[in-house]
Amino acid sequence: MPTIPPSPYKSRPVYTGLSWVAGARRHLIAAEGEGALAALDLLAAADADIKSRTTLLYTPGGSKPQGHGAKLAALLPGEAHEFPSIETLLFRLNVELTRANMSTRLYTTGTEGFLGRVVALAQSHGINPMSVVTEHRGSLARRVQCVHCKGFIEGVTTSIVPCSHCGISLFVRDHYSRRLGAFQGVIVDAEVPGDVPAAEEAYP
Amino acid sequence: MSLAFRDETFRDDFTFYNSPAAIRRFPFPFDRDEYMYSVNIEPHVKGPVGSVVEFPIDIDEHYVAEMKERALVLQQDPLRCQSLPHMITAEWDLVELLMTSMAESYPQWFSLTRDGDRWHWINRPLEIDQKFTFGDVATLPYPPMEYITRQCQGDFSLLDQREDNLWMDAGIATTQADWSLDFDIGMNFMEWHAPVPFAHQMGVFERALKYLLNLQLGRPVRRLNWTMTINPRLDTSPEQYPHWGKDRTQVTPENAGQKVHLRVELQGLWRLPRSNAIVFSIRGYLASLQELSTSPKWARRLSRILKSLPDEIADYKGLTRHRPLSIAWLSRFEDGSPTTPGCGPD
Repeated sequence: MPTIPPSPYKSRPVYTGLSWVAGARRHLIAAEGEGALAALDLLAAADADIKSRTTLLYTPGGSKPQGHGAKLAALLPGEAHEFPSIETLLFRLNVELTRANMSTRLYTTGTEGFLGRVVALAQSHGINPMSVVTEHRGSLARRVQCVHCKGFIEGVTTSIVPCSHCGISLFVRDHYSRRLGAFQGVIVDAEVPGDVPAAEEAYP
Repeated sequence: MSLAFRDETFRDDFTFYNSPAAIRRFPFPFDRDEYMYSVNIEPHVKGPVGSVVEFPIDIDEHYVAEMKERALVLQQDPLRCQSLPHMITAEWDLVELLMTSMAESYPQWFSLTRDGDRWHWINRPLEIDQKFTFGDVATLPYPPMEYITRQCQGDFSLLDQREDNLWMDAGIATTQADWSLDFDIGMNFMEWHAPVPFAHQMGVFERALKYLLNLQLGRPVRRLNWTMTINPRLDTSPEQYPHWGKDRTQVTPENAGQKVHLRVELQGLWRLPRSNAIVFSIRGYLASLQELSTSPKWARRLSRILKSLPDEIADYKGLTRHRPLSIAWLSRFEDGSPTTPGCGPD
């Protein structure tokens, strides 16, 4: 089950949970961190025919000590590929999407920032973002774009965060761009420079 | 109609002001003494001579200066003008809508000659003489939407219609009230309105969307929206907020009349013939409290609107810090007398 309740903010996606899409000729799964558990549940519900048409890309992130990768590899011999980082996984996913045929289904699970990047990449390949099957697992950390310098900040857990690119103190708005896969960060002290409230741990 | 285009600025030294005639035609948006969100959409039909809705596209004394301001913004930040690849047909539709409308309404300034796909556009105020092939992007110096909107006042977005929704898949925004085209491009109607308080719960957006999905070719509609801006600054984008945010702390009881501006958006929506997309135009008008108070009715009404405005809306519109100062400045016109019906001046 998704761990984030449906959003009251209408620009934010709702993650409905992983389940197989019947009739797809190929299944492509991108999983990150604790998303491995959602992928394991999904694979446990699959018959041999579905598994024979499934490719899984996994990056363990902070979950490396749990050893999920070995369990995934055991369920999908030869078609479970592990990557050292989100960047390298996305690089491979880009290749897979470039080669993908019609009737390929994309599934993704992990932290919200990871889901956002996978969906945004899919959209850039002409895949309807609403058709990507998503399940949130792990941290509530957000991916934020600084509206001023356009830099992205990963893994934001606080309501106010300094931009890692331009240094401006950003308030993280509940406004989400699917195309960018990020929440919007807006300067918090534009009116009175230096008047920055204490950051609260809002998205642990 | 003859009109002198003013040489003025919307930044730094802020030399913008309105002539007495421009004040009289200001689209004051309040027809009563209190404000709440509503689906205030009406047919975009020809209005009184001299009014901002006399013609489908309004060109006024600020035209040339506003186009210079737009060029400055685009030079600093090209992401203010973006279009997703499938919107190219809608871009050409927009070229046709704006050129034909401007040439028909203002023949003294604009002319359009068409020989099949071979078009000849003349824009006298901006000294542009352009022959091009309609539908061939290589024959214009900019992509079609950018080309024509560099010559037309107001921000524009092009909305693609699919899945019973409208998707903001192209646009130009250089004079916006604190929303980011770069962030919102690709969002649907509900998503880009997500930050607006109250209105979702009131069902305003559901009703407005249903209405717009049925918008007919040749039957455009319009509505007014409003906010307040400190200084006559057109570029109040979130991108530039670090630059203009402190304006809000510089209002005093003495300067509020000159510094605080009512910013009214005349929003127009047209169905487009080839793409079936919708043009959403957001044409902003600015007037200072002092200019507005040349009509005491407007001063009294605005003061009452500001006093009764719910805090959440004031906050969303960015008025919280200077609202009391505006009310105090306007109070000199508040004699308790009733205001006449309608939006017009005294």
